[in-house]
Amino acid sequence: MMTGRREFLQVGVAATGGLLLSWSIPIAMRPAGAAGGTGRIFAPDAFIRIDRQGLVTLVMPMVEMGQGTYTSLPMLLAEELEVPLEQVRLEHAPANDKLYANAILHVQSTGLSSSIRAFWTPMRQAGAVARTLLIAAAAKQWQIEPSRCSARGGRVFETGTQRSSGYGQLVETAATLPVPAADQVPLKNPGDFRLIGLPAHRLDTPEKINGTAKFGIDVQVPGMRVATLAQSPTFGGKVASVNESAALAVKGVRQVVRLDDVVAVVADHMAAAKKGLQAAAIQWDNGPNANVSNADVIRQLEAASKQPGVVARNEGDAQRALTGAHQRFDAIYHAPFLAHATMEPMNCTVHVRKDGCDIWVGTQAPTLTQDLVAKLTGFPRESVQIHNHLIGGGFGRRLEADGSVLATRIAQHVDGPVKVMWTREEDIQHDMYRPYYVDRLSAALDAEGNPVAWTHRVVGPSIVARYLPPLFTNGLDFDAIEGAAQPPYAFPNIHVDYVRVEPPGIPTAFWRGVGPTHNVFVVETFVDELAHAANRDPVEFRKPLLAHNPRALRVLSMAAEKSGWGKPLPKGQGRGISLQFAFGSYLAQVAEVEVASKGSLRVRRLVTTVDCGTVVNPNTVAAQMEGGSLFGLTAALYGSITLRGGRVEQSNFHDYRPLRINEAPVVETHIVPSAEAPGGIGEAGTAIVAPAVANAIFAASGRRIRTLPFGA
Amino acid sequence: MPYPININGTTHHVDVDADTPLLWVLRDVLGMTGTKFGCGMALCGACTVHLDGGAVRSCVMPVSAAVGKSITTIEAVSELPLGRALQHSWQELDVVQCGYCQSGQIMSAVALLARQPQPTDADIDAAMSGNVCRCGTYQRIRAAIHHAAAAVPGKNP
Repeated sequence: MMTGRREFLQVGVAATGGLLLSWSIPIAMRPAGAAGGTGRIFAPDAFIRIDRQGLVTLVMPMVEMGQGTYTSLPMLLAEELEVPLEQVRLEHAPANDKLYANAILHVQSTGLSSSIRAFWTPMRQAGAVARTLLIAAAAKQWQIEPSRCSARGGRVFETGTQRSSGYGQLVETAATLPVPAADQVPLKNPGDFRLIGLPAHRLDTPEKINGTAKFGIDVQVPGMRVATLAQSPTFGGKVASVNESAALAVKGVRQVVRLDDVVAVVADHMAAAKKGLQAAAIQWDNGPNANVSNADVIRQLEAASKQPGVVARNEGDAQRALTGAHQRFDAIYHAPFLAHATMEPMNCTVHVRKDGCDIWVGTQAPTLTQDLVAKLTGFPRESVQIHNHLIGGGFGRRLEADGSVLATRIAQHVDGPVKVMWTREEDIQHDMYRPYYVDRLSAALDAEGNPVAWTHRVVGPSIVARYLPPLFTNGLDFDAIEGAAQPPYAFPNIHVDYVRVEPPGIPTAFWRGVGPTHNVFVVETFVDELAHAANRDPVEFRKPLLAHNPRALRVLSMAAEKSGWGKPLPKGQGRGISLQFAFGSYLAQVAEVEVASKGSLRVRRLVTTVDCGTVVNPNTVAAQMEGGSLFGLTAALYGSITLRGGRVEQSNFHDYRPLRINEAPVVETHIVPSAEAPGGIGEAGTAIVAPAVANAIFAASGRRIRTLPFGA
Repeated sequence: MPYPININGTTHHVDVDADTPLLWVLRDVLGMTGTKFGCGMALCGACTVHLDGGAVRSCVMPVSAAVGKSITTIEAVSELPLGRALQHSWQELDVVQCGYCQSGQIMSAVALLARQPQPTDADIDAAMSGNVCRCGTYQRIRAAIHHAAAAVPGKNP
């Protein structure tokens, strides 16, 4: 459907040299002179463009999937550039590692809660460079020293006079000036911040509440067909037979694409495609993984957990300390496979032409997508255009390009553009899953109840070895052991190792909260066991172990204080606490639960304290604590993907249950004021919640949980 | 034979099978993508629209059942006073995160306030528990519904 919006997109492309589509600008904000495209646009770097109307465009290196980066990165830029936040419009960056790589992950990738950490300095520098040039341009026009000028509210002012000039009037001159090196321009003193650290409303709300936001699944291209697909129900199986004529007999069905391992039905609309796929009555050859079950995976991991792994940390002599200890504790923990189940099911729109192809998709990893599609098609990378979109839930799923590759394989057989949409069932049954982990721990207390030994063995697949091979060093997966190798506590004897096991028949990938989602659960529930064994209050037990770690001690103490820790609760209710350092941020959380006599559980309240260093948008920090914890709570309560006969047993929201509003606890967030370097917050809230709730369940009922989900 | 369906005050004639879900008529036939696909089984509420003012899941509503009824989608919700009030509250309280479920959340919330202008927490639970949000914005959804209800005072029938 060609709408006013689409016309604007075309205008935007013409006016900005064909960089990419814009997504966010309301029509009312369209710059009056944009259609001409003759004005010189000031573009001192890959992030900023300012036109003659003074409209600032930020080319966003990171993608928005709910975490608030489309508000917080513009805040960094606007702070240094001295423009009102509302004056910044956003565009999705094109795929380009050279220009837009994330300094933490070394590729253009939105993951690992790294947006603020990676762009805290570069984004401010980009704003400061532009501000410096605009001031220099004004000084040049006015023939005065730049030191006599200052910038504020999108204008440059001459000190002591009434003279001022809007940025739009300065861009032509600014564009002729030599661009200073980013690290040579002065950044604002934090005391002068007027955006950073203050709550800002999200910039992406208006279009997300009136139906105009464009997610990948909303793409419409002239001449586009839609398709849906069936992949082999077992991983590695093949298509045995397809009733193509029955599918083609369905009204609206145009084509059946049969590949080795997948069948797609191309149609006028999704309902016809689904009906056609059903009519196709596909038979499968189940292949080598036809008999894989969860029990096999667990047996393999448990067997591996008895062998020593690659040492991640070794201080003192934990084995000796265990042997001679007053009291010894041993435990084995299980964390299940999990699907991502993003609200927006997987989808990708592809147009394969003779000389290249276009990919319309919401992706956390545009350059990876471009690389893999180029490899598949044989086109040079620059002939594969990635048009990125808003993401209707990422959670790590859209760090993977498997969906875009599969959609391209289908599109290679289709004349014209095709939008390939996964059904919810395909989305859940052909995810790449959070791995199943088995953790084996031992610890010892001395006669006074102080921990004297701690050993932790993490057993599971390595996503890093597949996804980020340069970061898989000496057999160690930094992600699989995050939260295990460096627990917040000082243990006099500690030994942590990692055993890599790759169970066959099920693909694995990053999942929101990554390594810490299982390690923090393991560490914090085991510490809680030790506290109870030592007959000590769980908060008081932890404190002496944090004497070296003031930031951790502070969030812990604050969580206890804010939650009313220690105040009596009615029978059947309990509080549990957890503590974590991950993604560069310190968190503590107190969960309050009620366990009814028949065993049913209600999580009533979560009180979270967070020290994530310098805060950009406190509103976002609170939202991420709320949302991250509910995401983690869903998994802790219900999340489990199981294999039987090589097939994923779950298929939709009835058997892969999401938390609903009637089950949602109150979440309170308290932010510790801090001038430390910024930490990540998108994933932190997901990892902290399961141990807080598990420990609260123990406090309420005496039931100790070592296997997730709680109902398992 | 094309089915005449009235969407946001305009009648469209759509030539599809009788059992075609309204969702795909909206999204793929008419290009109105504000209404979202989430599950296809009325389990998540992302596809919620109004049929004669009541919230329905368009992913399981056959187009033939919508003939002769008045359909309202998120694209026209701002024409309703309650729609505007809820959009305003959603903005003030920064409810959205990824935003994918929010069309359906707002449509369900409008239908709730039309029925119960001053809902209790239990009313909100009952009316909104069919709308899943994987980002976990429930607390703010609850607060925003109360916020809008306070701004548009009315008595429960």
